[in-house]
Amino acid sequence: MELIQVTNLVKKFGSFTAVDGISFSVKQGESFGLLGPNGAGKSSTMRIIGATSQRTSGDVKILGNDPEIHGPQIRAHLGVVPQQDNLDEELTCAENLYIYGRYFGLPKKMVTEKLDELLEFAQLTEKKDAKVNSLSGGMKRRLTIARALVSDPDILMLDEPTTGLDPQARHILWDRLFRLKEKGVTLLITTHHMDEAEQLCDRLIVMDGGKIMAEGSPAGLIKEYSSKEVLEVRFGSDRNMQMVDKLKNLTDRIEVLPDRLLMYTESGEELLARISGLNIHPNTSLVRRSSLEDVFLRLTGRSLIE
Amino acid sequence: MSLVKTVNRKVSTTGFWYVVEARLRNMLKWTRIIIFVAIANPVLYLISIGIGVGSLIDGNSPVDGVNYLTFLAPALLASAAIQGMLDEVIFPTFQGFKWYKNFFAMNATPLTGRDIAGGVFFSALIRTVFTVSVYTITLYFFGALKSSKALLVVPTAILAGAGFGALILALAARAKSDDLFMMITGRFIMMPLFLFSGTFYPLEQMPVFLQWIGWISPLWHATDLGRLLTYGSDVSVEMVIVHLTYMLVMLVVGLFFAFRNYSKRLAK
Repeated sequence: MELIQVTNLVKKFGSFTAVDGISFSVKQGESFGLLGPNGAGKSSTMRIIGATSQRTSGDVKILGNDPEIHGPQIRAHLGVVPQQDNLDEELTCAENLYIYGRYFGLPKKMVTEKLDELLEFAQLTEKKDAKVNSLSGGMKRRLTIARALVSDPDILMLDEPTTGLDPQARHILWDRLFRLKEKGVTLLITTHHMDEAEQLCDRLIVMDGGKIMAEGSPAGLIKEYSSKEVLEVRFGSDRNMQMVDKLKNLTDRIEVLPDRLLMYTESGEELLARISGLNIHPNTSLVRRSSLEDVFLRLTGRSLIE
Repeated sequence: MSLVKTVNRKVSTTGFWYVVEARLRNMLKWTRIIIFVAIANPVLYLISIGIGVGSLIDGNSPVDGVNYLTFLAPALLASAAIQGMLDEVIFPTFQGFKWYKNFFAMNATPLTGRDIAGGVFFSALIRTVFTVSVYTITLYFFGALKSSKALLVVPTAILAGAGFGALILALAARAKSDDLFMMITGRFIMMPLFLFSGTFYPLEQMPVFLQWIGWISPLWHATDLGRLLTYGSDVSVEMVIVHLTYMLVMLVVGLFFAFRNYSKRLAK
């Protein structure tokens, strides 16, 4: 059962093409990611799926219906967490959740009964009657996510859910999203953090310049587009380039970043030993598993986070 | 979890009312200030201009056959209705589109641009009904209501506020710069309207080439109508129809464009 079906979607703003003919579908209960750098067209895609922005061409079906024709009816099934928190800052946490439930037409009694549960989910029980403009960034983010859950959405859409949060706040959020996934909520997540995509997504598309570069599960993409391990070596910024020539025969793929070389290999330790054998000694070295960052680098020749 | 096959959730046809609920909650945070302004505004104007300036004028010759305060009262009432309405449509519009961007949050629910614009407008109207009611009670205590039809001035003042408020709601939804918009509406629209709409003296006493400001001003239409209602000023039936029609048209056209501009800006 496809909850979201996107076919040849194009979105233009004037002469600028934000989304350039993408197609994908998301099944019920799936956690689907849109991974890409800022400006890749993720948010534009999200807004079209969220039935708040019109597409230029292509076909979109959400729950089998066209968002441009049945916008309000489709939105009744969605929970949306936008990139920027857009809470009503003058109102309290509880009031924000309450009025949002009312926007969905939920009865007053029903919304009131849900408040405590949602505040607990957002870990804001103590802040129930605090005005939103007194909250920290992480608290506002959690409140925005709790707000999106007030209507028990079938699809929860999160646009860069943890951007701007400190590591601890991110892990709390991930934990909350895992719980929702366990409950069977379909998640649609955009992110430019590959660790987030690896953590949360069953399947994802890698986007760049409005196009889909690759599609698959995080593990599948890593397997397809990268090696098992990566050896990162640093020789100092002026010597990195010189060393490429000496090292390039040791492995199939080397990426040169401003501060380090990435060498793709099935065994990092073994490769490092061979480098030492050549009497080459990097200033520092690190062996790690391949990540989606490496997939992105492979696909676009650019790093995801500059 | 059940299998969702299609869109099967009910969407309310009166979504604007939920926006009204939210706006009223916002206003309730300012209850004391709203009440203070509603009372202080008429009292200060009536004492300073009505009684103060009036004492200079009434000794010589009455304006339009009544004392100055009675002449002035309907104009002050209508201008309070308009000002109150403007405050309550301009601030939430900038708040919703620009400052907090909470209109985009509303639009992510089943609510449409039309619901949101309608909700902002209707809640502003509720505040204006309150303001005009308090003002009218104050006028009564100042003895400015002379006619038995005087209470009809409440709906006509509200109509002036509603008409102009709808128009400004439509314009504010398109405005990019909040500072510029407020400066223009305040200094270049509200101020001239207040001064040139026959507020302080009959419009006919203005040079003809300035009278047009009054003709396009909802304030003048409401003021002229108000003078008929509060003390029986000489206004023809035809003019009554013109006044009411003008303000109603403004209301309908304003709301039409407000609905449109809200929807457009949300979809950007």
